[in-house]
Order: sequence, then structure tokens, then C-alpha cells
Amino acid sequence: MRFVLKTRYAQDVEIFKHSGQRFWYVVLTMFVFVAPFLLGDFYTGELALVFIYAIAGIGLMLLVGYTGLVSLGHAAFLAIGAYAHAYFMTQGAPFVVSLIGATAVCVIVGAIVGIPSLRMTGIYLAVATLAFAQIVQKVLEHWESVTGGHRGMAVPEPELFSWSLGTPRAFYFLVLAVLIGALFVALNLLRSPTGRAMIAIRDSEISAQAMGIHLAKVKTTAFAVSAGFTGLAGALFAHKIGYLAPDAFTILISIQLLLMVVVGGLGSMHGVIYGAIFIGLLPQGIAFLRESLPAGIGQIPGLEPGIFGLILVLFLVYEPLGIFGRWVKIRLFFSEFPLYRKSTYKRQKSYLRTERVH
Amino acid sequence: MELVQLLISGISQGCVYGLIALGFVLIYKATEMVNFAQGDLMMLGAFIAFGFINVLGWPFLWGFLATLAVMGVVGVTLERLLLRPMIGEPPFAVLMLTIGLGFILRAVAGAIWGYEDKTLSTPYGANEAEGREGVSHWGEISIGHENIAVVIGTLALCFLVFIFFRKTRVGIAMQAASQNQLAAYYVGIPVKWIFALVWGMSAMISATAGILVAPLSLINPIMGFVGIKAFAAAIVGGFGSLPGAFLAGLMIGIVEQFAKHSLPPGLEGFSETTAYVILLVMLFIRPEGIFATMQRKKV
Repeated sequence: MRFVLKTRYAQDVEIFKHSGQRFWYVVLTMFVFVAPFLLGDFYTGELALVFIYAIAGIGLMLLVGYTGLVSLGHAAFLAIGAYAHAYFMTQGAPFVVSLIGATAVCVIVGAIVGIPSLRMTGIYLAVATLAFAQIVQKVLEHWESVTGGHRGMAVPEPELFSWSLGTPRAFYFLVLAVLIGALFVALNLLRSPTGRAMIAIRDSEISAQAMGIHLAKVKTTAFAVSAGFTGLAGALFAHKIGYLAPDAFTILISIQLLLMVVVGGLGSMHGVIYGAIFIGLLPQGIAFLRESLPAGIGQIPGLEPGIFGLILVLFLVYEPLGIFGRWVKIRLFFSEFPLYRKSTYKRQKSYLRTERVH
Repeated sequence: MELVQLLISGISQGCVYGLIALGFVLIYKATEMVNFAQGDLMMLGAFIAFGFINVLGWPFLWGFLATLAVMGVVGVTLERLLLRPMIGEPPFAVLMLTIGLGFILRAVAGAIWGYEDKTLSTPYGANEAEGREGVSHWGEISIGHENIAVVIGTLALCFLVFIFFRKTRVGIAMQAASQNQLAAYYVGIPVKWIFALVWGMSAMISATAGILVAPLSLINPIMGFVGIKAFAAAIVGGFGSLPGAFLAGLMIGIVEQFAKHSLPPGLEGFSETTAYVILLVMLFIRPEGIFATMQRKKV
């Protein structure tokens, strides 16, 4: 294990903890810039999709992993972002303006949805967001003048200064740029007082309040920022799928987003990326699995959601820290070898006491 | 007359919500866990009953009892395999786990029974071969016997569960286990067994719900989605309150029917969101539900 000797307080909030990290991130950045030239159009597109998932995941991770508020309705923000962006673009707004506009719409809606969250915790909030998502889906189906109802609406090609971003490679770089920007904003937010307040609320709402954190303000901010990131991802997602219909944003997508942050590892931005890669590649993996399985099993319809559910369950039971948590354990195993003890990451069990009266 | 007819279909639909909500509340009351797969357990129960009664041709009563037995075992097994390792984990993890479980159950049911709609034959419902209409008429009002069965079944189950929690030793032990797991251990309550028992009971209640609902809505792997509305009912009623869940279910069912009737043409689809609108309004004005069972957290 690498210990960083901290000699200044500023080191606590540095984005890169030590020079090794900086080196590997530079290598990774170089790799993703070269990747589309090495991969074919298909895989470039898939990678762009992974990045879009990651942007949405950053939003959800800020909410679930860092503020401790669970949302089962993030597909709604994805949908609002996508539809707002497509609507603005069909009204003739330039690409960048439309993208910012769609994000702003989501931030506002997120703040409004966030207000009841001040009075709710845990399950109640999760279900409230679920209810919100169901209502949004009905609105998308019936507000035909804007969304086209069940017929759906086509998304115009992205254009930047009269330069088309429609090709897979150009779109890849667009999404990559947005992702890096989003990561930068999120990481900066997390080391700011607001981000620290969010983490404090996650760990204990009562002690955060006692330390003078304005719960209402921070929670609403968290919701708004989270919705904004997800809406931004939604706007890009609109271009990726090309044609919007209400059934592209069902509760299944909300669950998939949650699956992403849980499988990746709650409470870390690395987890978002791992989760996004996992979610992005899973359909390919299942398609491959279907081909290799005997015909009787491989052709069962509705296999994907079942496998999603199974993976979610297995992760929650066996590796609640997610892929990133597993990676941290493996790294520790090798750096401590042969002194690694299993109990290092043993979870503290807390026995339940209810707050109910009877 | 039309209003009475609407009221009747609203009550019967509301009882469906109340019945599923009963399963939620039971598990929550005893284990503080939230089982999002309740609707899917109901779906599984309906399919198993279909297998016994329609495929194997057993008499209705025997098929019903066999379904209860199978679902009881399923409930206990699920608790033992999946939920017990989660004791002591944050509620969010359990919520996610049961959501995943719901997906698995749907996929399993779809793989075994397929995605076509199926109907369960009952001794009281409409049956052309035996010349039964399955509907009673009083003047201009007509009520399907399936609807009556749902209402009676819901009332009976609510009453039974209510008495169970108030009067029996096991019921009181369940309440103790949920109030403080560690203290319940110390006074000699076998908390693990209690949990397994609760899951078995809850699965049996959802199987009953499935059998009662199956003649009304066809059996298919996605029939469990009605569970989300029932969940809304459980929360509106004040999670953990049995009468609350029942009343809230009734309320949502009735308002939904009236909304379907009175919304302008083209917007009838919004009646589907009634449960969610009621839920959101309720969470805004009285987040603790009709019958509050929560108090402010003490440090």
C-alpha cells in the first residue's frame, strides 16, 4: 500500500494523490484518444455509448454514492434531457446552446423534484422518484405537440460551427470531451465545501446538521446537479439512438443506471467508469452467450433483464463494494503479500432498531 | 347507477392493491426490509396455481392449497439464500436486491410459461362449458364474482394478519424482532426463524393475491408491475400499518376508476398515474402516511 506523506492541507483535496496516478491517467487519456483510430466504427460507437452511460452515472453517483439519496427515477431525467435537446434543435437552436438548454431544464426539474426529498429519506424518496418517472413517461406519451407521442421524434444531426459531428468518430470525440469535462466538474465539486457537505450528509444526516450544514440547500443542490449530468447524458444519448420514443426510457433504464453505480462501486468516480464499461459491454456479452448456448436456452426471450437482475443480486450479496472495491482489495493483496488479511475490508454489521412507534 | 358501478369496480381494484400492499407491510413490519419483488411473487403464485389447476387439472381448492405450500417454500428459500446475508446491510442494498430478484423471477416465469396471456379457471368465475356467467345482477348493477372474491379475500386476509400481529405469540415476537434485532435475540426470540417465517407468510399472501387477481387480469410475467402501485398504496397508508395499506389501496383503486371515467378523451392514459400522483401529493403534505408509524429519529 502506498502511503502519501501529507505536508500541506492542500494535499487533502488534490485531484491526483501522487505522481503514479498522474502518470497512469495520462496514459489512459492518450489511449482513449487513439482508440477510435484502432477500432472499427461499430466499436467506436459502442465506446461512445459507454461514455454516455458514464456521464449519466456521474450524475447518479453524486446522488446515490456521495449524498446517500437513492433515486429510482433517473431514466426520467435522461428522457427530459433527450427530449428537450431534440426539441430545441428542431426549433433551430445551435447544438451547443441546445445542449446547455437541455441540461438547464434538467437542473430545474431536478431541483423541483429534490424539494420533497428534504422531508423524505431512504425508501420513501426512492419511491417518490419512481412515481415521478412514471408520470414523466405518461407525459411524454401524451404531450404530442412537443414529443410526438407514441410516434416519437427524429433527432437532428449534431453540428458544431457548421461541422458535422454525425460520423461515429466525430461523435466519439464529442462525447469524450463532454465526459472529461463532466468528470472534471464532478471531481471539483466533490472537493469543494458543497461536495464535502454531501458526503457528510451521506454518512450521517443528523451529525451533518449538527455541524451546521444546511440540509435543504445541499440536498436540493445534489439533486439538481445529478439531474443536470443525467440530462446532459440524455441529450447525447438522443443523438446516439437517433429516434426518440417514450418506451426508450422505462423503469428498466433507471434500474440499469442504478445497477451501473452499484456494480461499479458506490462512492467512487472510478466505480462509475467501471460500471459504465460493464453495462455498455453486457449486451454484447449476452448476445455472445446466446450464440454459444444450446439453441433451447439461448433463444429464450427476456433473458437480458433476468441476467441484469442476477448480476445485481450477486454483486450485492458477494461484493457490495463493486468492481472498484474488488480492485482495491486485489491491489492491497499484492502490495501486502503475504500479509493480507481478509478482515481488512470486513463490513461492520449494524443491528437494526426501528424508529416506528408500534 | 353508473357511479355505483364505478365505485364497485374501484373497490375491487383497490382491494387488489391493498392485498399486495399487505405483503409489503407484513415484511416491513417484521424485518424492516422493503420487498420490491412482492408483485413478482404474486405473478409466480398465479403461474404456479395455473400449473396445478389448468395444466395438471387438479380441483381448485387442492390447487390453491398446493400453491400456498409451494410459495411458502419459495419464500423461505429466498430468505435463506438471498436475504439472510443482507441482515445488517443498509436498507438501500436490500431494496436493490429485491428489485434484482424481481427481474430474475420475471425472466424465470417467462422462460417456463412464456409471454402469452393465460387465464386461470375458477369455480366461481365465468365458464362457458359449464354454462356459468359468473356475474350477479341487482337491478342495473352487475358484479363479477371474481370481484366479490377479491373483496372478500382481501378483507379476510387483512383481518387475519391484523389479529396475527396483535394476538399471537409469534406475531408479537415478529414485532419485537423488528423493533430491535439484538434485544430480541437476548430475550430468546429466534430472529432468523422469524425472518424465514415472515418471508414464507408473505409469499403465501402474494400467492393468494395472485390467485384472486388472475381471473381479473390475465396471467403473464409482467402482471407483477401492479406491485408498484400497491407499493404506493403501502406508503400512502403509512408503511407498517395494515389498516392504512388497505384503506390507501381502496382509495387509489376508486380514484383511478373515477379518473379513467372523467378524464377528457385522449388523456385517459393518465389514469394509470393516479397512484403516483396520490403518492407524491401525500409525500408532500403528510410524508408519514395516513396512519403514521414513524417518529423522528433519536440520536
